[in-house]
Amino acid sequence: MARKGDVVINIERCKGCEVCLTACPHEVLALSNEVNSKGYHYAMKVNSACTGCANCAIVCPDAVITVYREKAVKKA
Amino acid sequence: MKGNEALAEAAIRAGADAYFGYPITPQSEVIEYLMRENPADRTGMQVLQAESEVAAINMVYGAAGCGKRVITSSSSPGISLKMEGISYIAGAELPCVVVNVVRAGPGLGTIQPSQSDYFQAVKGGGHGDYKLIVLAPATVQESVDYVKLAFELAFKYRNPVMILSDGIIGQMMEKVELFEQMPRDTTEYEWATVGKKPGKPSAIVTSLQLQSEEQEKVNLRLQAKYREMEKNEVLFETHQCDDAEYLFVAFGSCARITRKAMEMAREKGIKVGLIRPQTLYPFPYDEISRLASQMKGVLTVEMNAGQMVEDVRLAVNGKTPVKFYGRFGGMIPSPEEILEALEQKIVGG
Amino acid sequence: MAENNLVHPDNLVYEKTSVMTDRVLHYCPGCGHGTAHRLLAEVIDELGIQGETIGVAPVGCSVLAYYYFDVDMQEAAHGRAPAVATGIKRVFPEKFVFTYQGDGDLAAIGTAETIHACNRGENILVVFINNGIYGMTGGQMAPTTLPGMKSSTSPRGRDVATMGNPLKITELVAELPGTYFVTRQSVHAPANARKAKRALKKAMEYQKLNKGTCFVEIVSNCPSGWKMTPAQSNKWMEENMFPYYPLGDIKVPENQ
Repeated sequence: MARKGDVVINIERCKGCEVCLTACPHEVLALSNEVNSKGYHYAMKVNSACTGCANCAIVCPDAVITVYREKAVKKA
Repeated sequence: MKGNEALAEAAIRAGADAYFGYPITPQSEVIEYLMRENPADRTGMQVLQAESEVAAINMVYGAAGCGKRVITSSSSPGISLKMEGISYIAGAELPCVVVNVVRAGPGLGTIQPSQSDYFQAVKGGGHGDYKLIVLAPATVQESVDYVKLAFELAFKYRNPVMILSDGIIGQMMEKVELFEQMPRDTTEYEWATVGKKPGKPSAIVTSLQLQSEEQEKVNLRLQAKYREMEKNEVLFETHQCDDAEYLFVAFGSCARITRKAMEMAREKGIKVGLIRPQTLYPFPYDEISRLASQMKGVLTVEMNAGQMVEDVRLAVNGKTPVKFYGRFGGMIPSPEEILEALEQKIVGG
Repeated sequence: MAENNLVHPDNLVYEKTSVMTDRVLHYCPGCGHGTAHRLLAEVIDELGIQGETIGVAPVGCSVLAYYYFDVDMQEAAHGRAPAVATGIKRVFPEKFVFTYQGDGDLAAIGTAETIHACNRGENILVVFINNGIYGMTGGQMAPTTLPGMKSSTSPRGRDVATMGNPLKITELVAELPGTYFVTRQSVHAPANARKAKRALKKAMEYQKLNKGTCFVEIVSNCPSGWKMTPAQSNKWMEENMFPYYPLGDIKVPENQ
């Protein structure tokens, strides 16, 4: 089973380009209805299917995504 | 030594880190000498023949941006090509030395000597409000000494310095005394790109300011620097001015011929002196103004159609008549011609 | 929520590299420049060469690249970056030197500097962003604009009969003996971005070998210039740019 992951998005610096949305294999991300102070709808997490693959972060032109992933469980 | 070769040797001895150039008559001996001499073995100095003058001056920009002592040389059409880079170097406030062994123009012109790049050298040449310090050697010895001086001034003001020579001085053989080999400067300047130091901001070499307010501040800083140069760096030489009633103004190789004309005039009883600006920027306005007060007339002699004469007129400011005599297109005036011009335009005028 | 417990330094797998400054990038939403910057910055970070790297910024959209890379940088005149980089590398042969240039800069006004730096085999990395348009000046035709592609100076589409053909300069420099590693990548999708990063890393590492110029083209988008959304522009790029500018290595070191 895939490991669990999480993303933290710096919403103030997000420009809402949606490149991360198409990059996510689990449809974790969507654009907000709200806008940030620059007027951009920003990327946000809409479910907990994130596996921490970092696909979103590696294509983010503005480097706004930080990715976490649970450690692989070592077999005893 | 031949002028161009002596200048090249002076570059090595001045501790230059690099030379980037492109062949063009009448200055190709500079790069030929350097390639033959292979200073990498002597001092570590790098020499590279670029694909164009444009590339050469931008290589100068890159190496100068690293805080290194860099020199390039060319002749008039090549200097026109370098003007883009010279403006960027002035804007980014980088030190470097640019040698122009002037030939006659416009366009391809002729390979024969001229002083027709005076305006280009002292009034800007490239775009934007900037100044080069311009040194005008009259002898091979001065070509050598000015290389050392040019590097000193370039680093003192972080500004490009031009040595405005011509085909006569570049091609002439004269006895010279070379200064001793100076060590290469290994200082890591904080404005230079030498690799970011931990905890310090990265060094950025640029002439770009997107905000007009910021660009104006840069311009004001540059202007303040130019006023300092004008205050501190004016160089000139005078001959027999004390009792003179008339004054010659001439620079570079043309000043040597004019000096001969002065001696011939003195033999005929005409009391004429000579002032030879050695820096064309900053220009010796004050000294010429002072001298003009005692003169019945001033004759500016140049190997062009009349360029420095405009600065002479600014200096004299109507105190006494200022006339011009010039040969151009690669023609060199004779002392006899100059004497005749003095007699006709000034003494009898 | 259980996953919130994951947000802990121990579980960190990806964050912005410190070789990128904290300045907000001025690029339009979805522009590949930001991604290309970040990948190169990550490479510099991972190789531990931040203090030995000197970059050269071009004229074009990435004219302010020196605001974003936290390394010493010089701003070159339009097209002259390879000459500036040559000057730097000749006095600092032990440093890592790169240029970052767009298509107008590298393949039009700077063609001579590009070709001759590559032909001399300057030991520098040239990063070439090809989006087929002049972005900064407002969407004019570039040397790499595709046949029939509209721009503000080819409003009826590029007519190769009068406007000339798109220049495949990457294939051209690959022919030169001075180049060591020449590749064409993209950064619009995760797999492509990872490949591009590997290419940039190899290219930077090769600089230590003094074997010649490494040239990494990144085919990229220009949503504003192409007048598309970022997603549309990436799709258009895949369908139109990639057939003309196929991705992949063009020249690899013989022993690799």
